[in-house]
Parts: sequence; C-alpha cells; structure tokens
Amino acid sequence: MKTDIILSGVGGQGILSIAATIAIAALDNELYIKQSEVHGMSQRGGAVQSHLRISNKPIASDLIPLGESDLIISVEPMEGLRYIPYLSSAGWLVTNTKPFINIDNYPDKNELMSTITSFKNHIALDADKISRELQSPRSSNIVMLGAASPFIKIPYESFEEGIKKIFGRKGEEVVRLNIDALKAGREFAEKAIHNDAG
Amino acid sequence: MEKLLLLGDEAVAQGAIDGGMSGMYAYPGTPSTEIMEYVQKSRIAKERNIHRRWSTNEKTAMEAALGMSYAGKRAMIAMKHVGLNVAADVFINSAITGVNGGMVIAVADDPSMHSSQNEQDSRFYGKFAQIPVLEPSNQQEAYDMAYESFDLSEKFGVPVLIRLTTRLSHSRSGVKTSALKEENKITFPEDPIQFVLLPFNARKRYQILLDKQSGFKETSEESKYNIYYDGEDKSIGIITSGIAYNYLMENYPGRICPHPVLKIGQYPLPYSKVEKIDKECDKLLIIEEGYPFIEEMLRGFLDKENRVMGRLDGTLQRAGELNPNIVAAALGKVNGENIKIPEIVANRPPQFCPGCAHKDVYDALNETMKEYGSQKVFSDIGCYTLGALPPYNAIHSCVDMGASITMAKGAADAGVKHVVAVIGDSTFTHSGMTALLDAVLENSPITVVISDNSTIAMTGGQESAATGHLEKICEGVGVQSDHIRVVTPLRRYHDEIVQVLKEEIEYEGISVVIPRRECVQTAASKRKAEKAGKAKLKTV
Repeated sequence: MKTDIILSGVGGQGILSIAATIAIAALDNELYIKQSEVHGMSQRGGAVQSHLRISNKPIASDLIPLGESDLIISVEPMEGLRYIPYLSSAGWLVTNTKPFINIDNYPDKNELMSTITSFKNHIALDADKISRELQSPRSSNIVMLGAASPFIKIPYESFEEGIKKIFGRKGEEVVRLNIDALKAGREFAEKAIHNDAG
Repeated sequence: MEKLLLLGDEAVAQGAIDGGMSGMYAYPGTPSTEIMEYVQKSRIAKERNIHRRWSTNEKTAMEAALGMSYAGKRAMIAMKHVGLNVAADVFINSAITGVNGGMVIAVADDPSMHSSQNEQDSRFYGKFAQIPVLEPSNQQEAYDMAYESFDLSEKFGVPVLIRLTTRLSHSRSGVKTSALKEENKITFPEDPIQFVLLPFNARKRYQILLDKQSGFKETSEESKYNIYYDGEDKSIGIITSGIAYNYLMENYPGRICPHPVLKIGQYPLPYSKVEKIDKECDKLLIIEEGYPFIEEMLRGFLDKENRVMGRLDGTLQRAGELNPNIVAAALGKVNGENIKIPEIVANRPPQFCPGCAHKDVYDALNETMKEYGSQKVFSDIGCYTLGALPPYNAIHSCVDMGASITMAKGAADAGVKHVVAVIGDSTFTHSGMTALLDAVLENSPITVVISDNSTIAMTGGQESAATGHLEKICEGVGVQSDHIRVVTPLRRYHDEIVQVLKEEIEYEGISVVIPRRECVQTAASKRKAEKAGKAKLKTV
C-alpha cells in the first residue's frame, strides 16, 4: 500500500497544514512517511509544492518520481497543472478552482477550467466558497483535504483525529469548523465520483 | 524511546540536544534555519538553558562555539553552505587548535540553488580542514550522527562537520530518539597553550592534526555509516552518498539493487571498501548530491581507462540536484512518457508581499535614480534582492553578505558618481559594518540605503541584531549624524523619500538613509500572537 501525493499552491496559502494533517493521520496508522517541503525564497508569493509519500513499507526517495504520483492536491487551479508530469495515468487531480492572481500573464479562467476538466480523473471545487458558506473562511485548505481524502489510503476518521491534534489548542470551535470543512470536501468529492461513475 | 516526525534539520537539532549539547550558535540561512529554530522551541533546551540565541553572523557563531568548547562543553554551529565561507577562518583554524568539549558544524548545502547564490559542496571544506565529515542520507541518520558526533569530536579532539543538502534538510520523516545525555562540566584544556596559534605552537598543532589522519581513516573503515551491500551484477559497482542513495534505491522495487553498492556516510573515504568495489566491478558509477567530490578523488588526473562514471563524464548532469528520474537515466533505465505541463501554465516567480516596505523604497529610489543614470545601485542578500526583477529592475548586484557597500565604494573609487548601496538591516550588521567603516575612512561619495524591516525576513522573521541600534552603529562607525536620515517607506511619504535620497546622493561624502517600517509578515504574526494572548487572558 502506498499513496504518493503532490501538494501545490502559492507561497503563503498554507499547503503545509494539509501535509501536516495527512502526516499525523498516517502516523496514527503506523505508516511510513516522507514529506519534502519548500522553504525560503520561493515562499514569497511564488509557486510552492510539497511531496508527501505514505506507505506500509519503508520509503526510499524523499521526492516522487515523475509519473508516479497517485494524487495532486492543489489549493490553486493553475498550480496543480504545473505538476501534472508527476501524475500517474490512474492518478487524480484534486484542485481548488479559486485562482490566486499575482502575475500579469495569468491564464484565461475558462481556458484554465477546460484544461483541468480535460483530465478524466479530476475533482474541481471552489473550496473558498464552501468554507465561506461554513462560516469558516480559513478552512478552505481542509475542504481541499476532505475532497482529496477518498484517494488517500487512510481511514477517514484518522483525518478527523489529525485535525483534533493540530487545531486542538485553538479551541473546540476551531476543531468543529475544520471537521465540518473536511466533511464538506469529502461529500463534494464522493458526489463527483458517483456522478462520474453513473 | 520516542518516535518523532522531524525535518532533517530538526533531526540534527534533536540529536544535538539529546547528545548533551550546551550551546547552539547560528545565523539563519535556507536550508539550515530550522536547526536553530527547533532548539529555540525545545522544552529540554529551555529547561537546560542551552544557548540558543541567533549570532550576528556565522563567524561570530563559530567563534563563540569554539569558546564554549574551550570551556569543556559541547557546542554546535548551524549555517547554510555560503555561511561557511564567512566562518572559514575560524573553521580551518579550529581544526588546528583542536577542541576541548565536542564541537560540531552542521552545514546545509543548497544544490540547484533554490535559495542561494551558488551550490558549493561543503565536503570540500571538511577535506580542506582535514577533519571527519558525516553525511546523512535520511532523517534517522541525521539524528544519530548529530547525537554521536560530539563523542567523535571529543575522541579525536577536532571539530566534526555534518553535511546536509536541501532535500534532506526540508524533508520530514519518523525518527527514533536515544537517551538524553548529561551536559559536560566546565573543564579547561589540558595544555594551556593548545589554542594559541603562534607559529611555534601552530606548527606543533598542525602536526598533531596530521598525525590524527590515520585515526580518522580507521574510524571511517569501521563506521556503520559506510556500508557495502553486495550485488550479483558486477558489470557496474555503485558508490553513492547522502540523499542520492535514496534516489538510487527508488529505482529498485523491493529496494534490492542488483549491483554492489557502497554507501558513504562518513569521510575520509573508507579505503579498503572502495578498493573492494573497484576490484570486484568492471566499472564504477558514482552518484552524489553536489559536486563530483568522491568521483574526482577516484578518477584521478590520469584516468585514461574511463572506468569511473558520474558527473564528470556526462553519465549524470554536471550541475544541479539529482532526483529519482535523473538517477534512473544514469542506470540505463528508460523513463516513461509523462503528461506534459499544459502550455497555459505561466511562471510564478517569488515576489514582494503586498504592503512590503521594500516596494516603497524601490519606487522612490527608481524615481530618484532617473536623474543620475542606471546601473549605479549595488545590493545585497535578502528579500529586497527581489528588486532586481521586474517591475523594479532597481538593483545591479547581489554577491555576498555586505558586498553592496564595498562594491559601491569600489565603483566610486573608479570614478563613478552618484553610487548607491541597498542593504537590509540584518545583512548590514552581519557583514556591512566593516564595509561602512572602509567607506567612512575615505569619505567615499556613496549613499547606503539600509532598508530596515526590523527582522531577518527572507528566512522567516528571525530576530535582527540591528533592531534599535542602526543609527548609533552608523554614527559610531563615523558617518556624520546629519547624513544619517531616517524615513518611513509608505506611499504617502514618497515625495519626501525622493527628496531625502536626492540630497544624500548629491552630497559628496558617505551618507546613510534608513527607510524603516516593520516587515508585514512579522507584524501580522505579532498581531496574531497578541490576539491569541488576549483570548487566553479572557478564558483565564
């Protein structure tokens, strides 16, 4: 059993809190983990990525080889496409549709969406909108994690446990909001997969 | 025994704490910053009051650590690869003085220059200083090596270097910890002149260092970090080290390589193991992250048979970091076709944060310099270096910490008028103060802009040694007080800043302009912390 995940976004969007939640959930299941992050210069509004590998066997490389990632989780629609060469033929692209525009030559939104939907295995959702509707605008990351959770070979409850551990010191209310966000993302993905299958 | 999820950097820090370290000394620099930051957050470090404040630069850090070692205690110094250039003087000489308490230098190299101006390989420094070098390939080894390194340092009485690279420094994995060791007590060196490198004693100490070399070699031969894995296919033998070992093994499902593999984790190279793989195999493939360090040693000058393959013969790329796919190609494996990046994906380079004060500084400076001509602004290392990129294109150099001021002086010496240096507050105290003194001594007609955001922003907002001291330092160094001008870099003061810059650039002597406004990132995290503090008070 292994799940190789690329997380992507723009510096400051907080992809590392998604990685941390998955890592805690993986540890709870006594799995091996390697998670490579980007620190330093590129964090300043630039493209950032993290390689997260979980497995029931020891993991060799800290970086995922091209074409072997099972999943791309992107908190920004263009950034997920940047790492497409890493995705395996059966892999899933799970992406937020809310663009982060801090460059002049940002692509046309319709063209961007049609590129995303041209991949058969994709889940595209406006996590910012969903988190706002849940009165928890800061939880869009966790909505994304929820949407990606069906493709990570870890029981759903472990993600809830992970959230409790990470947000616990911020109080029960924050934990509840994030668990709701996780659930909303999960439900969106399950519906999308179901519609696709139907 | 506890199992923690740690970055490579954090594993080194935890290993050093558990290994009985009494002081961590460092200046922030990607990818090494998290070593000190971890110690600063550590409960044990707090309880033991392990030294954990940032130093002004890497040289002062290592000198303080050597002082702690002199007093018999264990000390670690952490820095990025180019930081070791700054500390090179004390580093090389500390191998000759030797140590009393264990002293370990953790250096994080940055191949592919993710956040650096070069990709120099610190293993050469270890060889240059003629001391043992440890090179972990995973987080557990990073922990174990740091934990054991003080013993190694004390056994031989020399400093030990631990070499990390970006992908290990910034990759997280599970680490099993060992029992917490006691700190050393204060003891002075047995020989009262051990640390006196006057020529008569330096010659004696250098001979002692040379005499220790055979011991280093023997320890390498027996080291558990230098492992020979046998393999049936002896057409090629593979020598690999550090994180490159992981990329090699990624290419073999079940993690069994058909070729003999010699994994190096401790230098000097273990001679008999290298000899064995050389004898048994037709050719050797050397896979290492960084410069072709091992490869050059094995290839030699007159290697006409070309039995050694690696970065020097084009089997692997000469520059840049490795990854599993690059190593696969070197092993003769065919990488499959992958989906291409869609053409609509645009580059997204790093850029200034919204509201950043440096932007206001560059807006004003660009407007001012219109009058004086382009390519006269030298700069330095920090967030403000992004001013070299569009839309600003405001600066024309970034070489090493502090170089902006001295390069500006040199250009003025050459006869260029209206020369400006842009430097950050922390870079200024790191290595700009002596440069400023040079300019003061000759009353060089340059204007030094110290863009003061009151933090070390680029590496994540560490405490800046300059905060609260800048004007006094400049005055103390000898800049006339009426040519030390402080402005507030905000849109609404734009015209005023332009006016001040203009006056000082036209002044034919050394002047300093200090635009001062806190980094928006540190200001935001302070507000957040205050809010959390208040919320806590309420619940109490």
